[in-house]
Amino acid sequence: MRLHTFKIGGVHPEENKITADVKTKNAALPKVAIFPLGQHIGAPAKPVVKRGDFVKVGTLIAESGGFVSAPIYSSVSGTVAKIDTSIDATGYRKPVIIINVEGDEWEESIDRSEKLETLDEHSELTPENIIDIIKRAGITGMGGAGFPAFIKLCPPPTAKAECIIINGVECEPYITADYRLMMEHAKEILVGLDLLMKAAKVDRGYIGIEENKPEAIKLFTQLTADDSRIEIVPLAQKYPQGGEKQLVDAVINRQVPAPPAIPVNVGAIIQNICTAYAVYQAVMKHKPLFERYTTVTGKQVKNPGNYLVRIGTTFGELICACGGMPEGDNKVLAGGPMMGKSVMSLDVPVTKGTNSITILSGNDARRKAIQPCIRCGKCVDACPMGLEPYLLAILSANNLYDRLENEGVTSCMSCGSCQFTCPSHRPILDNILQGKGVVMGMIKARNVKK
Amino acid sequence: MGKLIVSLSPHAHGNDSVEKNMFGVVIALIPAILVSFIYFGLGSVVVLLSSVAACMFFEWAITKYMLKREPTLTDGSAIVTGLLLGMNLPSNLPVCIVIIGALMAIGVAKMTFGGLGNNPFNPALVARCILLVSFPAQMTSWPMAGQLTSYIDAQTGATPLAIMKQAIKTGDASILDKLPSATQLLLGSNPTMGLGSIGEVCALALLLGLAYLLWKKVITWHIPVSIIATVFIFSGLLHLANPVYSNPLNEILSGGLMLGAIFMATDYVTSPMTHKGQLIYGIAIGFFTVVIRNWGSYPEGMSFAILIMNAFTPIINLSTKPKRFGEVVKK
Repeated sequence: MRLHTFKIGGVHPEENKITADVKTKNAALPKVAIFPLGQHIGAPAKPVVKRGDFVKVGTLIAESGGFVSAPIYSSVSGTVAKIDTSIDATGYRKPVIIINVEGDEWEESIDRSEKLETLDEHSELTPENIIDIIKRAGITGMGGAGFPAFIKLCPPPTAKAECIIINGVECEPYITADYRLMMEHAKEILVGLDLLMKAAKVDRGYIGIEENKPEAIKLFTQLTADDSRIEIVPLAQKYPQGGEKQLVDAVINRQVPAPPAIPVNVGAIIQNICTAYAVYQAVMKHKPLFERYTTVTGKQVKNPGNYLVRIGTTFGELICACGGMPEGDNKVLAGGPMMGKSVMSLDVPVTKGTNSITILSGNDARRKAIQPCIRCGKCVDACPMGLEPYLLAILSANNLYDRLENEGVTSCMSCGSCQFTCPSHRPILDNILQGKGVVMGMIKARNVKK
Repeated sequence: MGKLIVSLSPHAHGNDSVEKNMFGVVIALIPAILVSFIYFGLGSVVVLLSSVAACMFFEWAITKYMLKREPTLTDGSAIVTGLLLGMNLPSNLPVCIVIIGALMAIGVAKMTFGGLGNNPFNPALVARCILLVSFPAQMTSWPMAGQLTSYIDAQTGATPLAIMKQAIKTGDASILDKLPSATQLLLGSNPTMGLGSIGEVCALALLLGLAYLLWKKVITWHIPVSIIATVFIFSGLLHLANPVYSNPLNEILSGGLMLGAIFMATDYVTSPMTHKGQLIYGIAIGFFTVVIRNWGSYPEGMSFAILIMNAFTPIINLSTKPKRFGEVVKK
């Protein structure tokens, strides 16, 4: 059988999924938890606690700061130490709430039992209820970008949702958090999908899983065997299949047009595996989003593993639990090696979108010497958006922003396939991102004038 | 604890490199080089070695003393240029002419434009064409097979392409009977004729090289296939219309066509970036080759056809865009 995949471009990075068979452990409680107010795309949350306040696990500490925004809940019990700024994964100082941890006292409203609740037992839930709970629970896309999840469920009036696609691709090398979650909480994820389908008023659900996770494909196929609404779609292994547009292309063979179009314009709403699980917990267990599955991994890490981590735990504490930093100079990534951000400090906290802490050591941590472009065109072949990365990089380096916009730079999703494939090790994506930033600014300024 | 290294993503690399691609081409050339040793012996060894050595020397000397940069010999591009230049020369060419060729290739065609990646024309072909107009006698005398120990003194003879040209000029199709069989052309084993340039003797060896390049993903099929198919179809139509034009199988198996289509036209730097562009480029090269072979003043048109299309490469790059994701085709 020929497996589905996206049609244009793509690369095949080494998998390195060394933690795939390591069962998830609960990470130790941190001593201090740091909660950035901007863990999502959109306006930062607004603090509702002040210094000295006592909070429990699951207490609201910051409310949504606008329409595109999400509230933040404490993942620990303790006293608010201060509201300050701290470096986050992007390297900038951002406002944060810092909580000194004391004990582990949970809000009573949270149902901590293991009992599986299904939608059949809760027929009182209306789509509006579900969306409201997702919104209030602070659930954002947990695959990395961090777009508030409820907004995707309320498409603009011009678009009509037809299906939910759950992203179980996990095409980034090293990361296994989604895979472990699929293996350990498959039933909950399926209830989460049920809830999402009800919320979006659709009767079609897909779960896209890459062929390198045959166990997960088998498990989900068995569990959904007598549910004709849900289809498990095995996908050929190719990066960046986890990109929204690539996933829609692979699973339902529809192509999302260039920005500002979004997947729902072709009828699809994408949610990550972790997000589906968080939706289940929020709706059925009254548990807002304050912990998540995170992989701590790297070839030189002594005990790489998968952890259920309280959001706000610092990278340093998690890395210590895995045997500490490897010798020598290392690169510590929030995310995987293709799109992850390299952090400047180990005091950076795990946020809602941190699916992995990946440590690259030795030669893996360094870039190779840059050679001249030999115009081999391999970046053009690799680009999953059908752009010409070499050209975008040249235009960007020469400040030719009008042409850059015409060449479609805004479609670039920074997957890095071009730079990954470049035989001359050229910093193609560095250049493109710089130029894309300027072009986005130009477009914004133009829209303001209008 | 060591330092934290910070950079933008991606943090992984596919381990492809300029060197891998260059040495991929060298490995792909090995069958053709071995065959040339069998047919030309000493002459082939001398010309290839002097060409590679001279190209590497000029690359080193120019980067070090004229451009005052770190020499770039290790990227392998000078070796490839040297080998390809040698493959495009007759095996009885004096060393001094080979060295002039190397200076033209590296000095004029490559370094004046800024070195690797910046030359608009294929350096080896520029050098070959300069030599062809500067030393027409030496560049068009082709040794016959089986003279393993002779070099400049080797006995020469007419090549199949010259016979094809003669048939067209005289309008006498019976001249074509002198041509070797297709099998002989494929293997390069025709004892009574001049064999052509060092690298173009044996189409089979070149096709082995093509298979290797495709397998290692150094190149894609678009350029070689479009060139060979165009020559086959165009010359086939001519042959059907008038038998003084030789049959298409002879056309694709003789002369520099295979060498050009597989190794010269596929040069990264001077060929288009998109597959659409590569097809246009290949079809045009095939077309010009047949035109020059049949109606030009030279019996072989491959080098000129490639150089002409090299000049069009920037325009092809600008006008052929890959299909963007989600692009709606306007009707």
